[in-house]
Amino acid sequence: MTPEQIVFWLTAAVIVASAVQVVTTRNLVHAALWLIVTLFGMAIIFVLLSAGFLAVVQVVVYIGAISILIIFAIMLTRRVMQDTGPQTNNNWRLALLIAAVLGAGIWYALSNVSFAVTATPVPNSETVLITLGDALASPNFYMVPLVTVGILLAAGMIGSIAIARDEDKE
Amino acid sequence: MSPETLQLLTWLIPIPPLASFFLIVLFTNRSKALSHTVALASILASLVLSWTVFFNVINVPNFGKEGTEIASAYQWFKVGASEAFNMGVLVDPLTAVMLFFVPLACAMIFLYSVGYHNFGKKRDPHDKPGWPAHNGVEPLYSRFFAYLSLFAFGMLVLCVADNLLLLFMGWEIMGLCSFLLIGFWFARKYDDPNQITPRQAAVKAFMTTRVADVIMLLGIVYLYTQTGTLSFREIFIANEGALLKQLAETPSVLSGGLAAAHLIAILLLVGTIGKSAQFPLHTWLPDAMEGPTPVSAMIHAAAMVSAGVYAMIRVYPLFEVPAHLAEAGGHGLNAFLLAEAGHGPTPAMWAMAGIGAFTALFAATIAVAQNDVKKVLAYSTISQLGFMLAALGIGGYVAATFHLMTHAFFKALLFLGSGSIIHGVEHGMHHSHEHLDPQDMRNMGGLREKMPVTFWTFLIGGMALAGFPLITAGFWSKDEILLDAWAHDHYVIFGMLAVAALLTAFYTTRQIVMVFFGKPRTQAAEHAHESAWTMTLPLGILSFFAITAGWVNIPEDFPVLGPFVHSLGVDFAFKKFLVGALLEKPEALAFEWVPLLTSIGVALGGILLGWLVYRNAYATADAKDPLENPLGGLYRWLKNKYYIDELYDSLFVQPTFALAKYVFPAIDRGIIDGILHLIGNVSLGIGNVVKDYIDVPVVNGTNDKSGEAVKRWGQNLRLIQTGRVQQYLLMTMAVLIVMAGFVMWVAR
Amino acid sequence: MVTLENYLFLGAVLFCVGAYGVLARKNAVAILMSIELMLNAVNINLVAFWHYLTPTQASGMAFALIVFAVAAAEAAVGLALIISIYRRRQTVVAEDVNLMKF
Repeated sequence: MTPEQIVFWLTAAVIVASAVQVVTTRNLVHAALWLIVTLFGMAIIFVLLSAGFLAVVQVVVYIGAISILIIFAIMLTRRVMQDTGPQTNNNWRLALLIAAVLGAGIWYALSNVSFAVTATPVPNSETVLITLGDALASPNFYMVPLVTVGILLAAGMIGSIAIARDEDKE
Repeated sequence: MSPETLQLLTWLIPIPPLASFFLIVLFTNRSKALSHTVALASILASLVLSWTVFFNVINVPNFGKEGTEIASAYQWFKVGASEAFNMGVLVDPLTAVMLFFVPLACAMIFLYSVGYHNFGKKRDPHDKPGWPAHNGVEPLYSRFFAYLSLFAFGMLVLCVADNLLLLFMGWEIMGLCSFLLIGFWFARKYDDPNQITPRQAAVKAFMTTRVADVIMLLGIVYLYTQTGTLSFREIFIANEGALLKQLAETPSVLSGGLAAAHLIAILLLVGTIGKSAQFPLHTWLPDAMEGPTPVSAMIHAAAMVSAGVYAMIRVYPLFEVPAHLAEAGGHGLNAFLLAEAGHGPTPAMWAMAGIGAFTALFAATIAVAQNDVKKVLAYSTISQLGFMLAALGIGGYVAATFHLMTHAFFKALLFLGSGSIIHGVEHGMHHSHEHLDPQDMRNMGGLREKMPVTFWTFLIGGMALAGFPLITAGFWSKDEILLDAWAHDHYVIFGMLAVAALLTAFYTTRQIVMVFFGKPRTQAAEHAHESAWTMTLPLGILSFFAITAGWVNIPEDFPVLGPFVHSLGVDFAFKKFLVGALLEKPEALAFEWVPLLTSIGVALGGILLGWLVYRNAYATADAKDPLENPLGGLYRWLKNKYYIDELYDSLFVQPTFALAKYVFPAIDRGIIDGILHLIGNVSLGIGNVVKDYIDVPVVNGTNDKSGEAVKRWGQNLRLIQTGRVQQYLLMTMAVLIVMAGFVMWVAR
Repeated sequence: MVTLENYLFLGAVLFCVGAYGVLARKNAVAILMSIELMLNAVNINLVAFWHYLTPTQASGMAFALIVFAVAAAEAAVGLALIISIYRRRQTVVAEDVNLMKF
């Protein structure tokens, strides 16, 4: 067993376990914290996949921004939600079934497919980064999606301010 | 005038009164003046047309010979391959005579009606329609003239008809009009329940004549089946009377040696018995006096009863043709009669003569005991018609026609005169406020001074009826009849007719004396006054004819007058003219003294007797009749018309009512209505079954249930929309998984 | 050697867990968290494929970056919505937001 494999399997176990905890914990703050654990695990997976940049982005964006945002939201809506009482609605059995079937289906489909894994070695991180930067900035490649995402983010920002603004204070 | 013009005029003769009827009914009903103007104009137009035709044909030599008559016919219907049935008009000598006096008498009656119904006076608000007017104008004035016009139309159609069917149609139209006119005052009721009301009298007239008409129709049908035609010319004249001989040779459907011709003749005779009120169907005529007086004049003098006799004269050849049955000479009445007199009267003629003579005598006896002025005249009419039929029965074709003509004049005159008398007495009642019957002769008297014109014209008419010698028309016609009877050796009939003539003179004088002579017996008679000119002018005109009409038939061998008339070229003009239509001309009768003296004797004797008996009778209104004591019980029988009405009532009327009382509930209500109700209920049941088992469940059910189904589906399906996003997502995922599974399974 | 399939299985499992969370949790914020899980699973897939199939091209990573950005925007807007709903309805239970029902 190579160290890579060990790391992988450990991380995978952590990710799955914490993901399960996210969806089952009664206490929402705990769920958010478990989410953070899951996201850390994801960063490690990215590193394993030679996408160091993405790992950092994951930590900064997901854990640093999104999770904080989620915690803020939990805090702001805390009063209503009792931390006791069922956190799952009436259809959880059906949801479980569907998720299981979905999983089984995907598993089955994957097991019948073989991918043409290339033999080309992964370039070092510097090359990867430069390639990514080039790709993102050149009009031939991904500049347009990038700009579009920028607009999307702007729209999201404006939108969320508009939605969440306190009307009474006007 | 050319024959075509005369044909056209003949077609036009009946039209003006018909047009007048429709005009009055449809348009001029509201205006009294307009209605009577239209009616008078129409009858005058018919009069002008008729007299034009008449005066054109009397100069035709041998008028009536085949080819000279005015005839025009059109095809009416054609059945299969048989001969077409034609309807048309015919003017032969007999028609011409009718055309002379019928429109004239009708015109006089029309004019008289204007005054009789008090035209010019205001409408009295107490007068109700359907009741006689008391002193105002008749409320249903226009309707009267409409009916009169229709009546005149019927009579004229009958006169100019060229076949039996058209004649019968005119006959029936007059039957209808007599019903309408007798019952003109349809709402009138009397306190005495035994007195017949106008409505009942109208029904009685119609029913009685209807009985006769059915039998007459049988005769017509029988004639048609035997000969295939009903046209007079074809049956009586064509081919030298071939059809007539054929009828005489065919035995009739009744056994007994009666020829077909004579059976037909007897059946047609029954029609006349009804229409001309001979015994036994005479009962309707006296009760028909319930109608207004112009109606009585019209029906019983000018038109309807004359139509009966006219029909008999028209089909006289049927009566007269001697039977030549194969088995004649063996048995039967016919053989006996033939053996007896060679070419004597046929059985049909005996029937006619017998009934006629009997009725003449019978009615005359009843007239002696009547107190109503119009009833006397009614029975007198019956009696005179009996005279005519008797005359015809013994072969007096000319005599019967002559008497028909003169009778129309003087009887119309007498009836109109009686109407004038009644009007005068009613006017007197208005002044004296008495309540009495204005038609009862016992309430009159002394009217000679009060109503002079009426008196003189009534006297002329009465004398004509009695047969006052020489100057009245009635004398000449009655004398002719008696001469015919005597000359052909029918002594029994001669005797009966002579006695009847005596009684006629007697009761006529009685009537005149009671009404006009003596002192007025009531205040009403005291205050009577003469009638309007519209009533007295017709009286005057008719009295002129009542005097002069007899002079056209003075025989040329009559003492003194005969040669005088012959020198004027007028002798026997009537007779010569009339017989032009007959194939077999009756032989000229030589003058005989016995009939002449008999007729003068009975006329003057009857008048004298009446004068003597009634001169001082009836001092007061309720005095007893001078005949009552001598005749005793017989007088009561005469007064009650031999109780024949009561006999008919118990024989025919009451059983019919009883039968109706039984039939109506049992058959009408029970059976017929029962069947109808059954059908109705069955239909209803079927309808209900269909409704319950097909309509409601299937049709309604389908419609309603589909709507319901859609509604329920909607109600159930909408529950999917819970508004919860997670559930939507669940469903989406589930469907996605199913579809993905399907795709993967297919792609495997 | 960690094969591509391993990574893909991991992604699948994560996705399914996230799916269960979306469908079964009451709290709206929890649902959003589950959505983040699913998006992360997608990212794993993308990067794994980039690594094993086309490591010389930048397309995989670029796609993953864009997914990041989208996820962030969506989280922001979603939470803004939840806060707005909370202000009006005093609830963050997803079941109670059911005005669009029959």
